[in-house]
Amino acid sequence: MAEKLPNSIQLEIVTPEKQFYCGEVDAVTVPGINGYMGILPGHAPLLSELKIGVITVRKGNDEERFFCSWGFAEILSDQVSVLAEQVEAASEIDHEEASSDKEKADSLLKSKDPDSDFPAALELWEKSVARLEVSAAEKK
Amino acid sequence: MPGGNLIDLRRRVRSVRNIRQITRAMKFVAASKLRRAQERVFSARPYANRMLAVLNSLASRVEPAGHPLLEVRDAEKVMLLVVTGDKGLCGAFNSNIIKSAVQFIEKEEVNESLSLTLVGRKGYEWFKKRPWPIKHQYLNIMSRIDFSYAQDIAGNVIRYYSETELDAVYLLYNQFKSVISQEIVLEPLLPIRRLEQVVEQDVLLDYIYEQPPAVIFDNLLPKHVETQIFRAMLESEASEQGARMTAMESATNNAEDMIDKLTLHINRVRQASITTEIIEVVSGANAL
Repeated sequence: MAEKLPNSIQLEIVTPEKQFYCGEVDAVTVPGINGYMGILPGHAPLLSELKIGVITVRKGNDEERFFCSWGFAEILSDQVSVLAEQVEAASEIDHEEASSDKEKADSLLKSKDPDSDFPAALELWEKSVARLEVSAAEKK
Repeated sequence: MPGGNLIDLRRRVRSVRNIRQITRAMKFVAASKLRRAQERVFSARPYANRMLAVLNSLASRVEPAGHPLLEVRDAEKVMLLVVTGDKGLCGAFNSNIIKSAVQFIEKEEVNESLSLTLVGRKGYEWFKKRPWPIKHQYLNIMSRIDFSYAQDIAGNVIRYYSETELDAVYLLYNQFKSVISQEIVLEPLLPIRRLEQVVEQDVLLDYIYEQPPAVIFDNLLPKHVETQIFRAMLESEASEQGARMTAMESATNNAEDMIDKLTLHINRVRQASITTEIIEVVSGANAL
């Protein structure tokens, strides 16, 4: 394998609403269904479902984080395409709202009420935690 | 041209002028809405294209025949999903698509087993007086199209289909071609047509899968249906605004023509009356 590895990744993040991100990056981390995956240039072709989590994009010394809900990632050696249902940048996230969502989800999960919609509460919890992570990272 | 009274004519010119003002304003409103709708259509396209590319590359590796959403049955119970506008004053936009829907129903001879899902108030208002059963209607959502509506619609449709309450679902909507033209398209939504197997070098790539490909397929196919419906709604909205803009522009032009004609007529009538008065004065002076 004398093939030269690419130096960067062409990253494209699209949602049903719009093309969210398009550009060259050095590394990207996506929330795969079985856990976070760090992707560097020259990655083997991979197709994975994504769950609620944080997408981290590294470009030089800059890191950007995005909130991502359910989606797909197609990874080629020099190209990553993310199709996500919802993607939000830190600036789009309301910190207060996310915290109150988390509290609400927490109390729902702890209530042990047989009538409560457990999967929905769990989803809300996961989403609010990921959102908080994105907005907290921005504030540092 | 109506004869007579100058005051009445002037009044008429004034009212036509008001109409022209309104239609012109509506044209500008439609134009700005069109621009926004157009942007949304264009920005939604990358997602749809990527989705199709991933589906295709997956289909060339996995045997998809087993999936319930791909299963072709005898089309006995058919659902037609029609996307119309919520408002009128957009030329023949709504009546054209309703006409196509009726044509489809008549041609397919699926009268008894047909059900409808309607997006848009205009389609609903027309079809509720007709004998075909309406399963779902979504009204007043065209001005704030959201992906969650598409998910809702797709969820219902997929449920009916997998419970074999439906054998085929068609989607009828206006596709946005350009500002002045839209095209009515009929697309089979379910069963999902056998995906084209693109044989490129790309296919040779051996993906690593995080999950069994069949599982990914299970999740991806409903998503594909949602995307299709969402795209249809966006296309229809853009087409509607385009149609409204064109209709309002021609209404404005017609109003202008009418004002010109009426003004000419008013001047003639006025001149005629002045001439008569002069003749009266002159002949009166002569008689003295």
